[in-house]
Order: sequence, then C-alpha cells, then structure tokens
Amino acid sequence: MSDVTLPASLQGVEPVKSIRTPARLDYVYTAGRASSRFLHNVANKRLVGQRCPVCHKVYVPPRGSCPTDGVPTEEDVELAHTGTVTSFCVVNVAFMGTLMEIPYVGALILLDGSDIPIMHLIQEVPYDQVHSGMRVEAVWVPDDEIGPTLESIRHFRPNGEPDASFESYKDNA
Amino acid sequence: MRDVAVVSFAQTHHAREVSDINEVEMLMPLMGEALAGSGIPKDRIDFVCSASSDYLAGQPFSFVMSLDAFGPWPPISESHVDMDGAWALYEAWVKMQMGKTDVALIYAYGKSSPGDIRRVLSRQMDPYTVGPLWLDPVSMAALQARVGLEAGTFTVEQMAEVVARNRRAGATNPYAQLGGEVDPAALLAEPEFVAPLRKHDCPPITDGAAVVVIAAGDAARELSDRPAWIRGIDHRIEAHALGLRDLTRSVSTEQAAARAGVADGPVDLAELHAPFSHQELIIGDALGLADGVDVNPSGGPLCANPIMTAGLIRIGEAATRISRGGGDRAVAHATSGPCLQQNLVCVLEGE
Repeated sequence: MSDVTLPASLQGVEPVKSIRTPARLDYVYTAGRASSRFLHNVANKRLVGQRCPVCHKVYVPPRGSCPTDGVPTEEDVELAHTGTVTSFCVVNVAFMGTLMEIPYVGALILLDGSDIPIMHLIQEVPYDQVHSGMRVEAVWVPDDEIGPTLESIRHFRPNGEPDASFESYKDNA
Repeated sequence: MRDVAVVSFAQTHHAREVSDINEVEMLMPLMGEALAGSGIPKDRIDFVCSASSDYLAGQPFSFVMSLDAFGPWPPISESHVDMDGAWALYEAWVKMQMGKTDVALIYAYGKSSPGDIRRVLSRQMDPYTVGPLWLDPVSMAALQARVGLEAGTFTVEQMAEVVARNRRAGATNPYAQLGGEVDPAALLAEPEFVAPLRKHDCPPITDGAAVVVIAAGDAARELSDRPAWIRGIDHRIEAHALGLRDLTRSVSTEQAAARAGVADGPVDLAELHAPFSHQELIIGDALGLADGVDVNPSGGPLCANPIMTAGLIRIGEAATRISRGGGDRAVAHATSGPCLQQNLVCVLEGE
C-alpha cells in the first residue's frame, strides 16, 4: 500500500477503512413433504420414520429420499419412544443463548425400529453415568405444549432397562 | 479432444411457486427420469456436478443437502458451481477431456419463491458502491433496453414480437410456465412496468429444476440411439461494472460463439437463455444467427425461468431436439450475471 501515490486531491484525506451496508432478506422456508409429515406426527406425539424400498433402512427424521440409493422413501414406519445411546458428548461450554445448565449431555439415540440415530439431550441422570448402550426413553413436554417441533420432546432419560448389546447398534457406532 | 454428447435430459413442470415440496423432493424424480432416459444404473455415473445458489433458498450449504436426491453413498466424485447449470455441464465436459470420466450427471435447481427474488438478486452486485442501492435485475435490464432503444439497435415492436413468438412456442411445451397466442400490438398497449420494459418483456418468476446426463465416446453411443454431440463449447465473461460495457451488444457471446464454432455450419435451431425480450435480440446478433433459424422452440426463459437452471435447460432442450431428429445442428446459449455479463455457447450436432 505504501507505494501507492494518491492524486493531489486525495492527499491528506482520511482513507475509508470500512463500510457498513446492512442487508435484510426474508424467506419462506419449505420443509417439504417428508419433513412436514414427520413434524405433524410429532405434534400428535408420534415418531414416524420412513423405510427405503431398496436397502430397507428406516430413516428418522425422514428426508423423503434414501441418501444411499437416491430413491423416494414412501413407507411410513411408526417408531418406539425408546432407544439406545450410540454416542454422546458432555458439554462444558455455555454457548450463547443456551438454557442448559452445564455440564449437560448431548447424545445420538437410535430409536427402536430405526436405522439412523437422532440427536437429543439426556437428562435425569448424572452426566458422568451416561454411556453408549444405555437404554433411554423420550420425555415429552405437557400435552398442551406439544407442537410440530422436536422440542416437543424435552429430553431422553434412562428407562431402567439393561444396556443394549454392542451388536445391536454396531452399525451406528 | 474427446467426443462428448448429451444423452439424457429431464426437467420439472415449471411453476410460479412450489411450496409443498423442498428442493430434494423436486430433484429426486428427475434423477430417476434422467437415469431411466439413458438406461443406466446409478453406479455408472463417474461424476456429479450441480448448480444452485444458497441465496435463493436462504440457507447456507443447501446445495450439500441436495445431494440426498442423488444418493452420495458409497462416496461419489462431486462438484458444485454457484452458477447456472450450463457451467456445471462445462465443468463436467472439461473433466471428461482429462480422460478419467465417461458418464457424468449434471443437475441444477432454483426456487425463486422463498424470497423476494428482485431483492435477493440485487445482492450479486458489488457490495461497496452498487449493493447499497438495491439495484435489481429488472431495473438493470431496463437500463440496457433503454440504451439499445436509444441507439436504434432494436425497437419495442421487435421486443414485442420476441415475446409473442416465445409465448406461442411455450404453448407447445408441456414443461413451460407460460404460453399462448398473443398479439404483439396488444402487448405494446400494456402499461410499462420498469420503463421501457413491460411485464411481458421480463421472465416469469419460476421454481424449477433440471438434470442432464452427458457421456463420452462409446459410452454415449451405448446410452443413446442418437447422441447430441457437443462439437464446441466456450464461455467468456465481461466486466462487472455496467458502465464499462457496451450494453447494446454481447462481446462475450461473440467470442464464445467464435470459439465454439457456431459459424462452421448451418444452424437448424437455437435455444437462447435471454431472460428479457431485448436480450434475445442482442444474443441473436452476437451469435450471427441467420434468418430461418428456429429460435427457442421451447418458448425459452420468457416462458419459464428457473434461476441457476434455465441455461442448462437450453442445452437439454436443444439436445433433445437433436436426439429426436428435429434438427442436425443446434446452438444452446446460457447467461449469468447482470445484463448478460457472462455467456456460454454450446454447439450440438447429431450424427
């Protein structure tokens, strides 16, 4: 920069170092058929995945297609509200805006009857007791607070069953 | 050079607003249709190249999610351009010239309905001096039309004739959003929208998607009875600043046309990605198209203009006509950027 020679008219003028050009754009988001159906089912306290007609895997939340085979998934599969922790992390950082008291546990939970885990919180158990293979169940918010959002499940908690075998979730480990 | 041909093409039934399905759900049936059209299993595809803009969806990395429509497992060789799908096809063509790729799938999609498209597209301008003015593409095209009218390059009557011809052709295209018989004189009686443009001089706002499969040499002959061979393809870009360019002509199209060899033989039909009526006149001149060339038999972008996609559709439409014996030599053109800033020209031939 130092070897740039400014014309006389600009010499001694304070250079512009930054500008602000605020922009706001509003969008209408289309969840799509598969996600809409899933969320409507959640509002009715049901967890419904979809099965791929080629590889027979059950996806939840369903995206309407199988990412492996690239074919539409149209068969609905009702899933249990129980599952197995396949992996988890202990969060020790208070992210901006979080309502959670740290440390807390985020986990991948393989719902019974599905083939890919969903992400959710594990509560009602000391964080250092959460482990892979732990059996958990969904804790829903009160019925009058349930809506088309996964926040309708407040968290998962241990359901008291013995640990699942590694074999039962090894494909997702 | 390796011989590369378009062997399959699929597109959506274009619409003003597709609000019940998302982009993946829009693309998925097209993938199946395009693969069925070329009669090949998915694992024959060596390379996937896509085109879209996150600005349209208002979601970062939305193009990554769109891969679910193809099914990227086991992992695939893939790339993406934030440009019209015609440029994704160009990238796939270049990759084929390098010799490792025999069959490639190109997909493009654009939903204009989620946002206010004129405001969204104003964001493509330089953010320091033009962006804060929120100058939108219709206003910029109107500036261009004004220059052309004042210079005597074209007339409003010619612009109305372009609209009428495209609308008439659009009526024969089951995928087009607009079409029908309109009288050019009646069009000129319509009020001006962004003067000197009337509404019909502007492209419709469209949600849509398209998929093209291209293949090299023997693979193309295997997958199509009459492949549409890409005999020349080139693209050129001009300065971003409108004030630096002669807006009444398209020098980048002239250059790309020369390098793609448009003048090396007679042209039966041309599919031109000229979203505004006067732009079709500018592009037609730049390509040196003779009288009698069938221009936009599909109805062109004045009848359906899915952004990021309409240029790829021009190649698909031209190739389909070649493959069905509706012509022996076609020119497909795609544009990107304000006032025809970038242009791609593709010459397609049957055997």
